[in-house]
Amino acid sequence: MSSDGEEEFEFEFEDDDEGFDPEADSAGESISDAEAFDIMSPTLEEPPEKKPYDVNYRVRTMQEIMDMQTKEVKKVQSLLEVPADTAATLLRYYAWNSEKLQEQFWNDPTAALVSAGLSPPSSPSTSTQPLPSPLASPRPFECPICCMDYTKEQTATQTLALGCGHRFCRGCWTEYVVGKITTEGESGRIQCMESGCSRIVRAEPIDELVTSDVSKKYHNLLNQAFVSDAPSLRWCPHPGCEHIIECSQAPQKMLNQLVPTVTCRCGNDLCFGCGYPASHRPVICRIVKLWEKKCADDSETANWLQANTKECTKCQSTIEKNGGCNHMTCKKCKWEFCWVCMGPWSEHGTAWYQCNRFDEKSGSDNRDHQAKSRQSLERYLHYFNRWANHEHSAKLDADFYKSTQKKMEQMQSSANMSWIEVQFAKQAVDTVIAARITLKWSYCMAFYLKRNNMTELFEDNQRDLERAVETLGYSLEQNIGDVGAIAKLRQEVTNQSAYVQKRHDILMDDTLRGYLEHRWEFTV
Amino acid sequence: MSALPKRILKETERLMSDSPPGISAAPKDDNLRHFDVSVSGPGQSPYEGGIFKLELFLPEEYPMNPPKVRFLTKIYHPNIDKLGRICLDILKDKWSPALQIRTVLLSIQALLGAPNPDDPLANDVAQHWKENEKAAIEQAREWTRMYAQ
Ligand SMILES: [Zn+2]
Ligand SMILES: [Zn+2]
Ligand SMILES: [Zn+2]
Ligand SMILES: [Zn+2]
Repeated sequence: MSSDGEEEFEFEFEDDDEGFDPEADSAGESISDAEAFDIMSPTLEEPPEKKPYDVNYRVRTMQEIMDMQTKEVKKVQSLLEVPADTAATLLRYYAWNSEKLQEQFWNDPTAALVSAGLSPPSSPSTSTQPLPSPLASPRPFECPICCMDYTKEQTATQTLALGCGHRFCRGCWTEYVVGKITTEGESGRIQCMESGCSRIVRAEPIDELVTSDVSKKYHNLLNQAFVSDAPSLRWCPHPGCEHIIECSQAPQKMLNQLVPTVTCRCGNDLCFGCGYPASHRPVICRIVKLWEKKCADDSETANWLQANTKECTKCQSTIEKNGGCNHMTCKKCKWEFCWVCMGPWSEHGTAWYQCNRFDEKSGSDNRDHQAKSRQSLERYLHYFNRWANHEHSAKLDADFYKSTQKKMEQMQSSANMSWIEVQFAKQAVDTVIAARITLKWSYCMAFYLKRNNMTELFEDNQRDLERAVETLGYSLEQNIGDVGAIAKLRQEVTNQSAYVQKRHDILMDDTLRGYLEHRWEFTV
Repeated sequence: MSALPKRILKETERLMSDSPPGISAAPKDDNLRHFDVSVSGPGQSPYEGGIFKLELFLPEEYPMNPPKVRFLTKIYHPNIDKLGRICLDILKDKWSPALQIRTVLLSIQALLGAPNPDDPLANDVAQHWKENEKAAIEQAREWTRMYAQ
């Protein structure tokens, strides 16, 4: 789909009072559905003001999506003066870009209709009536698919031809259409059964041919196609959730500057830009994709092998390094060489345990290549280990909540604290988990960032947040002591939690603003 | 096995009584959905003079789903692989239930007359075809002489 088409695709919902209002929107909506204790928690703040890197969005239900389509269809129906079914088929063909459709239609109505698989204006779209010829002859009709014969009377009721005139029996049509819908998952592009005929079977005859179950499936598929055709819509990727996010502020071309994290009504985050089923802030979608590919790629294993095993430069047999000594002797040919630079050990003279040959000219291409490959692997592992460490910690979320829940109950009973008073612990866990997700992605970001002053500042912010998180995490793991200790712990956790929140905001705010200010340079 | 649908009976009957030039197809005695097919190489093609054996099977869903067809005779062709599988649109996404065994076999015969190395199934053969068409055609002729008599 062309990128300029995306802007034109917008649904107006001006008929309700909840249009796009930044304050009333995203934050309000997600908070209203959050867990009860967040609502009652004493520290709940006003929804934060909208930052320049945040996007407005709405969470839609399937019903609303269907209403959107109906509305678009009605609009086109009256503008082009065509039946609703025709308008819908046209819109589907033009991927719901009604401006492009109108332009093409007014330019050449016949061409627009025919290319969408519809009958030209003059001919009927479907006909159940026997065609004048050759069916006018007294000879009975034979369905070309099943070869069954139909009398003239039966032909009128038991056979069907689309506007193209290719006639088949209803039994064959039904079998064909049901197969397309249920096994191939097709909906808006089901064509006439005749070979080479591109006439589309529209919704009206389909609903008439199939059972209500299949018809339901067909309309679901049409709705799915509508959502995937629309750049401003995206399904919530979380299992069991049937909501759709609508956001017109994050088109493809903006994704180099924005990380459009949104929160669905099911309570989960997702990236509107790429559909990632969680927040991947502060990293932009493109870099996330590269990172995931890199992590999944076997090429890293190949790199590891290359870095940890080498070939003897003389006899090519594989040598694996296991000790720390760089003075290697090939078991096979007894050739002695330096592990780091692969040069002959004899050239190292008296510098037995130090290799200073990295920048020497005599290093062959092969030596440079191997040294580089090791270095790049070490670099990758540095970031990957930290990324994976936070990923792993975040996976233990449920356990963390459970053990905190226990402590909260303990505090209520042993220190006689109220339910509200112990909520600080749960909020601290929320804070740690959110910060870990950001830290995790910050390592992916750092891996791809070019080394420069900006990157150093980024890594300072990253380090500060990491330290704050580790301190808070440690406090949360402490055992519950007596009343006095609990009061002290509460104070500590509350303070540390506020500090983590602050460091988190700083990292996020600075990084996301950095995209808008074109401060980040990536090496990919 | 259930009785053969009228459509298959009719097609079989017509194939036996009035087969297209250079094509023959007959169902096996033990399975009437399984056909022995032979196609003669079209004139002016590197397959001229060869008789190619194929097998054709009509799945339960036929004609809603296409027949399965495979070359049994070894053939050097960019759209046919070592296992005899054929890259032909009407056997895949361009299949229509209005097409028949006859039209499928005619299309396969036409494919022998017009190899398309830009939509290859056998990559090495297609490569050969693109890099040195003359030599590839000579090889196809050679294979026809060796295997398709
Ligand atoms: Zn029929
Ligand atoms: Zn047709
Ligand atoms: Zn959801
Ligand atoms: Zn994304």
